Amino acid sequence: MTELKACDSCALNNTAQLQKLGINVDNTDFVVALAGNPNTGKSTVFNALTGLKQHTGNWPGKTVTRAEGGYSYENKKIKLIDLPGTYSLLSTSQDEEIARNFILFGKPDVTIIVVDAARIERNLNLVLQILEITDRAVLCLNLMDESKRHGIDIDDRTLSKELGIPVVKCSAIKKEGIPELLKTIHQVATREIICQPHRISGLSTSAQKMVEELEARVKQHYPALPNSRWIAMRLLDGDQHIIDALKNGEFETAISL
Amino acid sequence: MKIDKTQELLNLASELRWQVGEGFHDTLIEGIYADAADIAQKVEIKQGSVPKFSFERQLDQILTSKRFGFPIMILVLSIILWLTIQGANYPSGLLSTLFLEIIYPFLKSLSSQVGLPWWMDGFLLDGVYLALGWVISVMLPPMAIFFPLFTLLEDFGYLPRVAFNLDSAFKRSGAHGKQALTMSMGWGCNAAGVIATRIIDSPRERLIAIITNNFSLCNGRWPTQILIATIFIGALVPDHFSTLLSTLAVILVALLGVGFTFLSSWMLSRTVLKGEVSTFALELPPYRPPRIWSTLYTSLIDRTLIVLWRAMVFAAPAGAVIWLISNIPIGDQSMANQTIDWMDGFGLFFGLNGVILLAYMVAIPANEIVIPTILMLTVAHLDLLGVGVGDGVMFELDSAAQTGEILRAGGWTLLTGINLMLFSLLHNPCSTTIFTIYQETKSWKWTTIASVMPIVFGFIVTFIVAQLWGLFA
Repeated sequence: MTELKACDSCALNNTAQLQKLGINVDNTDFVVALAGNPNTGKSTVFNALTGLKQHTGNWPGKTVTRAEGGYSYENKKIKLIDLPGTYSLLSTSQDEEIARNFILFGKPDVTIIVVDAARIERNLNLVLQILEITDRAVLCLNLMDESKRHGIDIDDRTLSKELGIPVVKCSAIKKEGIPELLKTIHQVATREIICQPHRISGLSTSAQKMVEELEARVKQHYPALPNSRWIAMRLLDGDQHIIDALKNGEFETAISL
Repeated sequence: MKIDKTQELLNLASELRWQVGEGFHDTLIEGIYADAADIAQKVEIKQGSVPKFSFERQLDQILTSKRFGFPIMILVLSIILWLTIQGANYPSGLLSTLFLEIIYPFLKSLSSQVGLPWWMDGFLLDGVYLALGWVISVMLPPMAIFFPLFTLLEDFGYLPRVAFNLDSAFKRSGAHGKQALTMSMGWGCNAAGVIATRIIDSPRERLIAIITNNFSLCNGRWPTQILIATIFIGALVPDHFSTLLSTLAVILVALLGVGFTFLSSWMLSRTVLKGEVSTFALELPPYRPPRIWSTLYTSLIDRTLIVLWRAMVFAAPAGAVIWLISNIPIGDQSMANQTIDWMDGFGLFFGLNGVILLAYMVAIPANEIVIPTILMLTVAHLDLLGVGVGDGVMFELDSAAQTGEILRAGGWTLLTGINLMLFSLLHNPCSTTIFTIYQETKSWKWTTIASVMPIVFGFIVTFIVAQLWGLFA
């Protein structure tokens, strides 16, 4: 069992998964995913980080496929994947599935979650769902300039404490906060910062109990899986995609059993 | 053993699911919302009494109002088209002078100096090169104006408002409200519009959106519409009104496309794609002042050049094919002439002609090359000496007026012009779009329906127009 665990953290294993998802990871040290609601300036952050000029449109659904780019930071080569903007990871539309499968099976080293600072409450719904799947994330509080214009500021320290992940204030259009973002991504990727992500707590006691019971069983079967609680919740919800993924062994390849 | 473990896990899951009941999904969502609200309340610092989004609310009330929503949409589209039609003329002339009056004779003389055989000279210069030159001078100016303007509108945040306005109409025709977005995307490129349907979660509604996307005039067809409207419809009125009237004609065709989108969505959802209309939440994103320069840059790189490149990639071999079919004889006539004569009667029945039908066959790879193909075939067919350069040569004409003269010499009337505009709206998608539809649906059945349905509409509509024309004119 210990051997298997070692394999999970080995770079080669993840590489195989990423290649299966169609990503070339030659000469790449870290894979970073970019997630977030539509219209939060995700593509602008992508462009600011990579120096590419992917077109950014102001309407939901601009990026329905994945865009890829790369940059290097402190001698590390980083591959950046821009995921489709989604409001949740719980429905079955194809864009949400692309985003979800990537975070779940692609296991990026870091997931940057871009949120619109002026619409923090609505955006947090997705943030909380992503934090159930991955424990290595950075919150990018984008559109700070616009938000301040509307008289809204965000207490980033408290937010960071509540979510258990680093929070960086940005205004990607003006390239503000990008150096800090680059540094934080690096720190999470190299495990200099260890995240302790928030877990959804608003469930009723009885539901909470069942989630725990099922989670224990998932953990027992797949000890290397970092998101057993989320799998348990999806199973309780009767998510056919997760059931199928379990049946045809996608999780096993994902954790290399 | 592995399988057993998984099965055991799934059994436990379904047992627990039985206990937890149907409500778990809602409990989970409520839990997430509760947590989000709790955290947001802790971290949000509201400063002073700045009225929150008041200007945006007012703007939204106007742009999405029942009374003004549609007129504003049509007005905005009109302004963009008017600027495109008005602005594209001059650079178009300049480019054609460069490519066809300066470079072309130079290459010709070069080839005769080198001593290229006549067929190679014809194939390369009169076929491939001229096709490319034509496509660039005709396509580039309108695209370089239309795309940035459309992109500015996109960046400003207007498209979701369009979707909002059209939502109820889509619902009534049994389709998904988000189809308004994929439809607008189709106004740029149908293949892109088909890919964009991934934002629709219900497979039934997504299929409707895919099949009907072709009714959005794409960038390959805007120039055709604009040119033919200028020649045949703008010419009906004095000069200073002609741009206005041509703009109106193009808008009418575009709106007719929207009408056909609704009609065919309605037909599909009542017959082969029956089902419930799903509800969804559409977020109206904040208005953002577009960044003019970066928009110009990205729309030039991302759209204009990519679309132009695609047009060129398809125009080059098409130019070669046209040259070949115009120069390879069958019996005493060229292949092209044989086919044109053979299809002419059938074409006239629909207010079209043999040239147009053959041009649409040659131009399946890209709508962009329909007009050049039509002109070249017309000239070759008529043997119009003194215009153009010879059999199977795509040529350039300095102004719309001259293009009009050629077409009229080819027997075109106002009816032919109108029906070509209609047929350009209602015909099969280009091969790239057909391929994309197959990629997205993985079904030959739906790909065939999506390809054939528009052309059936096309023949029905042009037939009706031609018959009515015959009655009244």
